[in-house]
Amino acid sequence: METNNTKDHICVVIGASHAGVNFAFSLRKEGWEGDIILFDKDPELPYHRPPLSKAYLTSEDGIEANLLKSADSYKNENINLNLGLTVSAINRNDKTVVLSDGNMQKYDKLVLATGARPLIPPIPGIDNARHVYPLRTANDVENIRHAYRASSNKRIVVIGGGYIGLETAASLKKMGGIVTVLEREERILARVTTPEMSSFFKQLHATNGVDILTGKNVVGIKTEDHVNTIICEDGATFEADIIVVGVGIKVNLELAKEAGLHIENGIAVDETACTNDENIYAIGDCTYHYNPRYKRRIRLESVQNAVDQAKVAAAAISGKKPTYNSIPWFWSDQYDVKLQMVGLSEGYTSILQREEPGEGVKFSIWYFKDDELLAVDAVNNAKAYVLGTKFIKDATTIDKSKLADITIPLKPKNLLVETV
Amino acid sequence: MAKITFITTDDKTITLEGTTGSVMQLAVDNSVPGIDGDCGGVCSCATCHVHVDPDHLEKTGEASEIEEDMLDLNDYSNERSRLCCQLEITEKLDGLVLQVAESD
Repeated sequence: METNNTKDHICVVIGASHAGVNFAFSLRKEGWEGDIILFDKDPELPYHRPPLSKAYLTSEDGIEANLLKSADSYKNENINLNLGLTVSAINRNDKTVVLSDGNMQKYDKLVLATGARPLIPPIPGIDNARHVYPLRTANDVENIRHAYRASSNKRIVVIGGGYIGLETAASLKKMGGIVTVLEREERILARVTTPEMSSFFKQLHATNGVDILTGKNVVGIKTEDHVNTIICEDGATFEADIIVVGVGIKVNLELAKEAGLHIENGIAVDETACTNDENIYAIGDCTYHYNPRYKRRIRLESVQNAVDQAKVAAAAISGKKPTYNSIPWFWSDQYDVKLQMVGLSEGYTSILQREEPGEGVKFSIWYFKDDELLAVDAVNNAKAYVLGTKFIKDATTIDKSKLADITIPLKPKNLLVETV
Repeated sequence: MAKITFITTDDKTITLEGTTGSVMQLAVDNSVPGIDGDCGGVCSCATCHVHVDPDHLEKTGEASEIEEDMLDLNDYSNERSRLCCQLEITEKLDGLVLQVAESD
């Protein structure tokens, strides 16, 4: 049983990014009166991550222009933010965490928002190469910007054609760089989207002057006179002044694992974001959770999931009985293209592509499993995105022939199946 | 410098002063309830929905197509709806009154 009197209770949160910070503020809003103590190893005030590879990289802004909350907000809500500090262990028996400075912190409730870290592939020579950076933190962006400004040739190779790699490529191109993307798979975005979207983005980058090369498995990097030569399995070589590594992430599971929490493809949590320890919750990218709409357990790397699980965990710790029941959504901005995605397309049996009449690129791809709408990818088409969201949420069966007819405007009532 | 007033869904009035950035950021920095700005201000999440005071529509101008589309099926949107991440703070906004829209 939860007690309503939380004055003497301590809630400790490990990880102060989207999930951890949103959780802390949500918990206060739910009426938690005790201490809320956040720890993060990143020394910067918590910031929005999605813009890092997009508008933030191309700007000259400092991170203060990109904060999740102002410094004053933490003070006003009495949220104790400890930055530049790592948690090295969790002792579940005496309900404490051990900090990297040797101190201990007691908790009544513990929330793991440990997220993920970039994967650096063990490519021979990568450790000695010059200007090799992942892109996940404000400091990574600072390093890339600095190297970019200092470079005279500005030749950049991005290893990995996922969203981070592609967004970074688009941003660096916009800044004036000579950018090549090397993707190991036969198509970019292979892990996260469908062949149709992969082709669209490959073409978009080509039009904007970024070379995207697929089937390029990087097997070595040689560095001489400040220039890196990247060697691919097929013998192709590429010179680069800066290398950006965007080959995916590794979930930060070590603390949870060592504490004996149940791990699957992430920290396993129930519909309230609670782990197998009733006093420990986990939220955000690091969790493996059940999605009721798609009836399967998933791990999501997204702001949506971070924020939604944060709210669920805050409500649960406050004694409510929330249930995580969200439709996943994502976005990506590259050049003048805004991609908005809703739902999960995995398992689709057919797709329907709809191009809107008029000028400019504006289309949507609708993914169906038989008659069930699973997901929508909308390119410069927020109308399709919100409509798709509504249909997926309401499990509406729509008339595919009407959807395919571009003379019929995208309005809910226009697309329903007529019952005879 | 612009003074901007938010009226929350429970009828509290919060007046803030801003000089740069978006109206959403000003609201988030000052914890205005109902303005979340989850996507950081790129018109992707629609968690910064406000209704512009009927007398102040000239200050804000019209919503862009993407704002209108994002709010197209929103139960709480009206012809004065804006996503306030798209409202850049300038002197022109001084005195602006915004009603924070309800959400589910």
